[in-house]
Amino acid sequence: MRFSDAARPELGDPAARRGRRRAAAEARGRRADAVGGFPGWEALREAGAAIRERTLRELGTHLETLEAAVEEEGGHVHWARDAAEARRIIDSLLPDDVPAALVRSDVTDEIGLDGAEPGPHSKAAVVGAGFLVAETGTLVVAERGDGLSFPGTLVAVAGIEDVVPGWTDLEVLLQLVSRAGAGVPMRPAISTRTGDFALVLLDNGRTTVLADPDGRAALRCVHCSACSDVCPVFQRTGPRPYGPGRAGPIGAVLTPQVRGVEAPLGASLPFASTLCGACADVCPVKIDIPAMLVHLRGRVVDARRGRPVPPPEMLLMRGLAWSMGDERRYEHTLVRRARWARLLARDGRIRRLPGLFGKWTDARDLPAPPRQSFRAWWRRRR
Amino acid sequence: MRIAVFVTCWGDALFPATGRAVVRLLEHLGHEVVFEPAQTCCGHMHWTAGYHPEAIALARRLTEVFAGHDVIVTPSASCAATVRTAYPRMDPALAGLPVYELSELLVDVLGVTDVGARYPHRVTYQPTCHSLRALGLGDRPLRLLRAVRDLELADLPEAGECCGFGGAFAVKNADTSVAMVADKIARIHETGADVVCATDDSCLTHLGGALSRLRSGVRAVHLAEILASGLGAAGPAPVPGGVARRADAP
Ligand code: SF4
Repeated sequence: MRFSDAARPELGDPAARRGRRRAAAEARGRRADAVGGFPGWEALREAGAAIRERTLRELGTHLETLEAAVEEEGGHVHWARDAAEARRIIDSLLPDDVPAALVRSDVTDEIGLDGAEPGPHSKAAVVGAGFLVAETGTLVVAERGDGLSFPGTLVAVAGIEDVVPGWTDLEVLLQLVSRAGAGVPMRPAISTRTGDFALVLLDNGRTTVLADPDGRAALRCVHCSACSDVCPVFQRTGPRPYGPGRAGPIGAVLTPQVRGVEAPLGASLPFASTLCGACADVCPVKIDIPAMLVHLRGRVVDARRGRPVPPPEMLLMRGLAWSMGDERRYEHTLVRRARWARLLARDGRIRRLPGLFGKWTDARDLPAPPRQSFRAWWRRRR
Repeated sequence: MRIAVFVTCWGDALFPATGRAVVRLLEHLGHEVVFEPAQTCCGHMHWTAGYHPEAIALARRLTEVFAGHDVIVTPSASCAATVRTAYPRMDPALAGLPVYELSELLVDVLGVTDVGARYPHRVTYQPTCHSLRALGLGDRPLRLLRAVRDLELADLPEAGECCGFGGAFAVKNADTSVAMVADKIARIHETGADVVCATDDSCLTHLGGALSRLRSGVRAVHLAEILASGLGAAGPAPVPGGVARRADAP
């Protein structure tokens, strides 16, 4: 479904909207405290962005190191091409007779797992990894109390990009996640486990993302959710219109890359933003989400160029580009459209526009174009 | 100083009063203003809507039209941001066109904050996203506004949040766009201002259009028009308008 259609019912729920705005405002406040008074923040972001960029560039190497380290500690690594394969592998690794607990993460949501939090009596658990440290084969998640120390079967699941080369890199990323995401000024408490677990590494479209030089930086994401907390669109619509993948600004750049830009969701998500730039300002690993959205918009439009019957928007935009390619054509168009628009106006305002622009006048007036354009005024003035 | 003005396609067609105000203001300050008649559009709209080859052609064209000018001013933070941040991405050869947003020109290049204007209104300032984040205008517009005689400046709560315009967004995601502007208008009303001011006619069309539909009485006015108010000799004072943006006297 298109983002705009899926957003409509969400916008019609004022209580939910108020709740989201309040929660987001609190998160922003915490974050501002954790970041504002910390003079090393920009340097830390630079370092984090560089670590993630380097990791993605040498991803194959780091994954091999990780696999070797995990196996050396007695664990096993399984590779899953997509969500269905990941679920099959996880099923086969868990004991049949006991229900498995779940430590949720964006990846476990991505492959559609659900279950209860692990307790002291859990015999088996699936854990969505925060990070995986390649050099030692260590699984890292945000503090879960006893979450990782129980003796039963443990299956960790992670995206292939969740690998971190070494512990010094991890230190930087953890600080970034906690300050930007939770708004906690120090290094967060974490649980770790080395060896003695099965690891399912999920691709699910990530290698496609990696192959696009203008889109791959989306995989730097360290899942802090700061971008959603500052996103004015997300605050109005909530997560649902973003579809089955990740929500918020990062979802708007990841989902179209993973699922393609032809279907309604993937084609509409790059446009589900005003390009206000608030996300890029807060992202701890400096993902330029607005630039990426613009790049993806280009892909959406390009995918439509070959259609035998061009959509009305394309005709309009091409026509405008053609007029604007020459000042005489441009002025001719301007004069003609302004005259036409003035016919629709009453008392200097247009309350209803036909066609593509009808959506504008559903809730907003448009001023009637003045009789004299700037250039006409300038000519007369000289 | 000889200053070339880029009025933008939107301003040329819909809000010529903004361009006229820029001319009046700069001439009042003793500068020579030139208008390159071959100028059309910077390509912002096509670039952000995904029509990239079309946008790049327009960017090349604008760069050629303004070649040879050392100082170019535009009363649009989005268009200035397009030239500064998007052009180098389109083609590295397009980097470096010396386009300044109006408040940058006044404060940084010309070194003035008090332009001699008088504007007897309670005004709140909405920093548009491109002025705030893409150009980093900071408090330049506010410093200019504070120096205007009889102008009462009211702080806008949550000012840094987008008004919901976003170009194609306003039409493609009209419901979300309107939800955003509704919240923005509630904040504007809290200030008790009778004028909301910004550096972009595009965002002001959206804000002003919603204010007009609500018959709110609050007007959306471009910074240039406020700064060119009450300057005396050089031309008539701007007409305080009541319609969608303002009455742009025919
Ligand atoms: S994109 Fe950046 S801000 Fe958003 S969740 Fe990922 S790391 Fe955090």
